[in-house]
Order: sequence, then C-alpha cells, then structure tokens
Amino acid sequence: MSLLQIAWRNFCHRSLSSILTTISLGLGVGLVVLVLAVYGVVSDAFTRTASVGYNLVVGPKGSPLQLTLNSVFYLSQPIENLPYDYYMEFFSQPERAKMVERFGGDPELGERQGIFAPFVSGGYVIPLALGDYFGEFRVVGTTPDFFEKLRYGVNVDQPFTFSAGRALKEFSEEHSYFEAVVGARVAGEMNVGLGDIIYPTHGAPTGHGHELGFTIVGVMDSTGTPNDRAAFVNLEGFYLMDGHAKPVEDGEAETTSTTELEDEAEDPAAENESESAAEENDFKLISIPQREVTSILVRNGNMMFGPGMQVAINEGIRAQAVAPIGEINKLMDAIVGPLLTALLLITLITCFVAAVGILVAIYNSMNDRRRDIAVMRALGARRETVTAIIVIESFLVAVIGAALGWVLAHGAIALYSERIEQQTGVQVGFFTTSNYELLILPLILTLSLIAALLPAFSAYRTDVASNLQK
Amino acid sequence: MSEILTITDLIKTFSQPGGGSLTVLDIPSLQVAVGEQVALIGKSGGGKTTLLHLIAGLLVPDEGSIRIAKTELTRLSEQGRDRFRAGSIGYVFQTFNLMPAFTALENVKLGMTFGSGRRDSSRAVDLLERVGLADRANYRPAQLSVGQQQRVAIARALAGSPKILLADEPTANVDPVSAENVLELIRNTCREEQVAMLMVTHDMEIASRFDRVEELDKINLALTGSHPG
Repeated sequence: MSLLQIAWRNFCHRSLSSILTTISLGLGVGLVVLVLAVYGVVSDAFTRTASVGYNLVVGPKGSPLQLTLNSVFYLSQPIENLPYDYYMEFFSQPERAKMVERFGGDPELGERQGIFAPFVSGGYVIPLALGDYFGEFRVVGTTPDFFEKLRYGVNVDQPFTFSAGRALKEFSEEHSYFEAVVGARVAGEMNVGLGDIIYPTHGAPTGHGHELGFTIVGVMDSTGTPNDRAAFVNLEGFYLMDGHAKPVEDGEAETTSTTELEDEAEDPAAENESESAAEENDFKLISIPQREVTSILVRNGNMMFGPGMQVAINEGIRAQAVAPIGEINKLMDAIVGPLLTALLLITLITCFVAAVGILVAIYNSMNDRRRDIAVMRALGARRETVTAIIVIESFLVAVIGAALGWVLAHGAIALYSERIEQQTGVQVGFFTTSNYELLILPLILTLSLIAALLPAFSAYRTDVASNLQK
Repeated sequence: MSEILTITDLIKTFSQPGGGSLTVLDIPSLQVAVGEQVALIGKSGGGKTTLLHLIAGLLVPDEGSIRIAKTELTRLSEQGRDRFRAGSIGYVFQTFNLMPAFTALENVKLGMTFGSGRRDSSRAVDLLERVGLADRANYRPAQLSVGQQQRVAIARALAGSPKILLADEPTANVDPVSAENVLELIRNTCREEQVAMLMVTHDMEIASRFDRVEELDKINLALTGSHPG
C-alpha cells in the first residue's frame, strides 16, 4: 500500500469530519476562485474587448470613461455629438473635397487638408452615430469600414465573420442606405434574421419608433465582444431617419443646397449618382452642416503619432481623444481593483479559517490515531513516514477542497454567464479561467501544510510502546 | 543449530514518577534458534511485553546486547531499527491492533508496506487464504469475529517475511476454541515459513506445546534479585 492509499483510507474512515472540513475549505476556495476569476476574466476581457484594432476614440469633451463606455462597450449614454466637419479633419484634402461634393456643404471645407490627416495617414477613421435602440440593444450608425478594418480576438487579427449574409456595403444599385447587420446576441434574443426589417426607437429602448426600417443583410458570428450586442446600420440611413439631422439655419441649408446643385451640375458623375440615389431610395442625403457623429474610432498609420495626435485633440476646445485600454485600466485600478482586492482579502481570510478547520479536525482525531500510528511504527514505519501520512491527508483535504471550490465557483460563473454578458458584454463560461487561479493550489497546499504541522508533529512524537498497550 | 536471537546482559530501567529509576529487566542471556518456537512465561508486570518491545527495537535497552541474525540491534539508529523491524520482525499483539479503516487484505498488505522488500500483493492474498479468511478479504475488522481478527493479525505479522515472530499473548482475548485454532495456526504457519517465534503467555498448558519454555521469573535477575550488582 502506498502512503497516499493509507491517507485516503484515513480520510474515508473519518468521513463526516473529512467531508465537513473539505466542504468548508471548498467554500473558502470557491469564494477566492470566484473573486479571482471575476477579476481576471473581467479585466482581461475588458482589455481584450477594448483592443479591436483602433488606438484612440475621439468624441466630444466630457468624461473620457463615458466616451469609452458608450463607444467601445455600447454602454452608458453618449456625451454629445461632434459636428461632421470635425470628423472631416482626419481626412486628406481630396477625400474632404469628395465629401463636400457628395453631401454638400461649405466648399472651403474641401479646399484644405484635415488638421489630423497627417497623423492618420496609413491608418483608418471610422465614425459612430449612437442614440437609437433596437429593443434593448444599441443601434450603431457606421460605415462599411467598421467591418472591413476592425479586427478582434486575443491577437486582434480576426475579421468579423457572419453566420448569415454579409457586412454593410457602400451605397449602390444593389445596396440601399437602409441595410443593417446585427450581432449574434441581437439576432438570438430579438429572433431576427436575414431579410427581416428592424425599426429603431429614438433615444431609448422605450422611445418613439422611427418610421424607416432597416433590412437585415447580415448576422454576425459571436465574437465575445460588445459588438454581439449591437445592431449596425448604414450611417447614411441613420442620418435619414427623422430627428437625426441637425437643425441648421436656412441660409446655411440653402448655401449647402446651392453648392450641391452647382457641384452636381459641374460633375456629370455626381449628377448620375445623385439621380441614382433618388431613383433607388427616393431620399436625399443630408448636408455636412446637418451631420454629426457621436464618436470617431481612429487608428494611426504610425502608432508613434498616436500620443501626439491625442495631445493635439485634447488641447482643442471641441473634442477629446482617449485611449480605450488606458481608460479601462484606470477604471479597473480606481474602482474595480480596490473593491476586488478587499473581497479577495476577505475570501483569503475565509480560506485561512478553513485551514484552521483542517488543523482542528486532524488534531482532534489524533487521540484516536495514536494507536494506529503506534501499530504502523511497530510494523516498521518510520517517524517521518507517519508524519508524511498526516501531511498527505491534509493535502487530500486541500486538493479535494480546492477542486470542489473551483467547480463550485466556475459552476456559478457559468450559471451567471448570461447575466454577466448582459451587463458587461463579456462572455464567460465554465472553463474560462484566469492566470491568477494557478496560484490557488500552491496557496491552499501551503495553508494545508501549515495546518498539518501541529498534528504531524504530534504524530512524529507518538510514543509507540505506551500506545500499543492502550 | 544457529541462533536467530541472542540477548546478552540486557538491562532496562524506567524513570519513576517520584524520582529515581526502576530496573524491570536484567537478563544475562537468552537465545532463540532459527525456526525454534519458544514460549516465555511469567507473571503479570514481570516485563514480558517490555522484553518484546526491546527485541522489536521499539524500546532501547540501557545496557546489553540484542542480536538478531547478524545484526546488533543496539547499534542501530532509530531509523535503522525501524527499517530492520519492517524487514525482519513480525509482531502479533494481544489486542490484535488491526487498523479499523482498512479491510482485512489491506491490513495484511500493511505488514509489507514499510519494508524495503518486494511488495507482492499475491503474498497477502496467499496468507489470508492460509489463515482461512480468503472470503473475508474485503471485510473490515469491525465486521470480523475476534478470532478472525487475530488470524488477520497473524497474517499481517508474517507478511513482511520476518526472521522472528514476536507474539504477545495472542490467545488472551479469544475464546478457548478460537484460542486453540489461533495457536495451531500461528505455530504451523511459522513452521511452514521457517520463522522463529517467541511467544509471551501466562498459560502453562499452551507453553508446554512449544519447543522450549523460558520462565522470565528465572532468567530476569531484576525479579529474582540475584543480580551480582
């Protein structure tokens, strides 16, 4: 028989005491694992979710955290909107001229390069327009670049894929302004699929419904990111919904219309495009002064330009640029971190108490064990051997308790995974573990070793001759 | 015939609670030959169990020599005595001392767990068969009769293939019929295994069946008071 078998037999022989001690330790470990898992998973997942390829989020002045929450996680409320001409500052002169030509607006906007264009060269800029809902889920107005440029996953290298349909496309004869792509959870919970028409509500889940509907052309595969909880619509279609065009003074609107008409008259291609839009959708795109974006996702062509551009934006009076990962880390450090650290301390104390339970349970059984120890010594067991059996028994309680605690904690995590996802957009499952959990077993084994020291010392000192005659 | 056990000038004293010491054993000479079965008789409190503990290396003598085969026990460290006991000495207790958490078979296996020799499970099964308890291999001690428990204890004592078996009144706690069976079993098994046996008893009838009877009252000078010192 091995020492492990002997220890296991002892464990089973005192089953009630062993099981109660193990459960007590299991609950302690479960609490620690739960806190660590939640901390680790939330921290990692938040950071991972915030890493979708872009390095800055630009939005109106206000709370950087709020900007991150509403633009990256689709939580909280948008601060305000930025005028479209600010968005245009990230583009080169030809691109700006094209925008002026297409949407109409002050011709001067198209005559110069955007202030931040040099910082972005080689990267990308993606606008977001928020404010509407589809059921409980955010409606995000954006451009096809959102699907073409952004990536997700641990290495930020996975393009979005679709369980059905495709991504948003630029307006053409085949693709209207009123197309939508829904995240996996939106499709599941709202029970919608390809070809269905969704009608966003304005401002809140219970807001008034827009008359214009968007036809679902794509259902995204699950990404484990907040994008699963969003419905993406074509930005132009978003602007065309009632109440989404920024009110402008008549003069400005007229100037815009005149400009647009002049441009169209000078450019036959633009004229054709405009006619095509009118024929296919019977809608006229709104002009630049009427346009706003909630935020702008930016990836610098050269990442070294990021900080410089961030400073330049933040020095201005209209907008702020934030690094989403930095904001999430600040949130973790400032609020979530200390809270979880306090919880962790409490649960570690629980574990310590459970370890004391092991000590008490084994030590109390020492009176019964002394004769067994004496018998084993009489059969040739060394002092160290009987000591080892006590320590192994303590380890058994620790390992079983740790395993029990792990299963309990991860069972609870799996049980509440849906709610966690609803609240945070973070997907967790039974086997989602954090690196911190690797420290649990050594910690518990160390505690159990300390707990076993006193009874083990008692076993070591057991007098054989006198205990054999009891 | 060569000796398996040779005791020379053995003295063991114990401290007294009120101070001073009490000599309980003072044995100038005692031998047991290879395969010999010796009964050691004496009155209660005469040091019989203490003598067995000394031979088993569980106690250390104050003076004298205990040689088993070619090993001088008194020169071994505690670990050395443990190792030697595991491989060379079998012990049958008056109260059986089976481990309650273990089955009969596991109790027998325990007898070969701490030695350095081969741990052959089939030997444990074979020994259980020889003591007539093959069908009780998975029973726990509490599920066995007193006689059956003692038979398991005998199988356990022989599991480590000892050179000498020390038996401390193994029939004292069993009924007369079982006592007879246990006695025959232990003697026959030792004979088959060619294991020498030193059995403590206070029953002259039982002692008379052994190859030789040693009376502790006569060989222990601490009791006779005739020690020259």
